[in-house]
Order: sequence, then C-alpha cells, then structure tokens
Amino acid sequence: MPGRLLAMTAILLAAMLVPARAATVQISMENLEISPAEVSAKVGDTIEWINKDVFAHTATARNGDFDVNLPAKKSATSVVKKAGTVEYYCRYHPNMKATLKIEP
Amino acid sequence: MFIRCSAAIATIALLISPALAQGAKPSDPQIAHIAYTAGVIDINAAKQAMKKAKNKDVKAFAQDMVRDHEAVNKQALALVKKLNVTPEDNDTSRTLSKQASDKLAELDKLSGAAFDKAYVENEVAYHKAVNGALETQLIPSANNAELKGLLQTGLKIFQGHQQHAEHVAAELK
Repeated sequence: MPGRLLAMTAILLAAMLVPARAATVQISMENLEISPAEVSAKVGDTIEWINKDVFAHTATARNGDFDVNLPAKKSATSVVKKAGTVEYYCRYHPNMKATLKIEP
Repeated sequence: MFIRCSAAIATIALLISPALAQGAKPSDPQIAHIAYTAGVIDINAAKQAMKKAKNKDVKAFAQDMVRDHEAVNKQALALVKKLNVTPEDNDTSRTLSKQASDKLAELDKLSGAAFDKAYVENEVAYHKAVNGALETQLIPSANNAELKGLLQTGLKIFQGHQQHAEHVAAELK
C-alpha cells in the first residue's frame, strides 16, 4: 500500500514538473448542439470529440484544417496543429456551428 | 423557380393546416402519427433518389436523409411504446401521404440532372414546410414533455437538413 502511494505521488510530481504537457480538450455534441460552443486549445493539444447523439455528425473546419467524422454515439480524437481561430460545423447539419481558438 | 418553390411550400403548409385548423388542436397520438409519417415520406423520397440520382452530392444527401430520419423514427417508436401511446391516423397524415406519393410519381418520370435538381428542390421545400408545421403547430400542441422534446430535437435536425439541401441545391446551379 505505501508503495502504491509513493508511485502515485511520483506520477503527480512528474505531471507537475512537465510544464508544456499537451492537454485533452473535450467537445461534445448532444441534441444537435456543440458544447462548449467556443473553446480554447493550444497547438499540440488533443481534441476529444464526443458524439452523444443517435445521429452521425462531423466536425468540419471552414478553412479546411480538419474534418472529423463522428458516427452515432462514437468519439474520435484529433490533434490541433496550427494556431488560429477556426470556425467549424457539421456537414450533415450545418446549423451546428462552433469555434475553436488555437493558441500557439 | 422561386415562385414554384414558394408555391410548393404554401401547398404543403395548406395541407398541414386544415386538419389542425378545425378548431381542436391535434392530440399527442395524432402528432406522433404526423411526425412519423413526415419522416417516412422523406425516407421514401431518399430511397428513390439513391436509385435515380446521378450527382454524388445528391446521392450522399439522400443517404444522410435515410440515416437521420430512420434514427428519429426509431426514437419516436421507442417513445410511443414507452408512453403506451398508439399513433393515430388523421387527415393531416393522410393528406401528406397522398401528396408525397404524387410527388414520387412525378419525380419518377425525371432522370439525370433534371431528377437531381427536382429532388433537391423538393427537399428544401419539404423540410421548410415540415419545420414550419413543427414550430407553429405540432410543438406548441404537444402535451407530453418527452414528445415535445423529441419534436424539438427533430426540428433542429430538419433545420439542419434544410440548410444542407439548400447548400446542395446551390452547388447544382
């Protein structure tokens, strides 16, 4: 048991000592709404796209930077590569719109 | 073309209204029947398009319609079962079905680009009319909160379809 505690502490410390650790940002789609509708991430971060609907959706960047397919009730991940403010939408339901702000 | 589209919307709006304008609001079992029928109509139109369409965007759009409307109707069936409600046939559903089978026959005579254009334009008009009926008549009339919720989700989906159809229509021009 003390060994396990030690290991956990070590992991926590290690996490704190690595400052530029890439984060995971969750964006979900539920009832045809993207939330959060506006979110910030940093280059290198992973976006976890979570589709909670029984409908297929996509996360399609207007500038062509990404196009993620999300079958019904499925999740997918993508890594952000370029800084900028990207507006994206669902190709199947273009009334689903949101913004992703990517900092360098 | 604009006039023709508007005329089509007006026609559908007129068809949806009379049964509902007879004084009484539609009941939940009637609303469920109308919503389900409207979905089946669009699935049938899409199946015809999957066979006849030439343009790949039109074919893909038709596949999207089958997938989404089947998903909505599956939810609708699960809900009526849960609520122990039997959808009730009514004049609005009957008129919608009759008009849809006329439209299928009309589109069946077309082929190639003419079919693609007519199908997509009808999809724009149809979704616009159904969305109007959902917003102004079906959603406000629904008593059960879960039915109302499903209709509201349906409205968002169909508004998405309308925009998608408008986009495909614009690409065909």
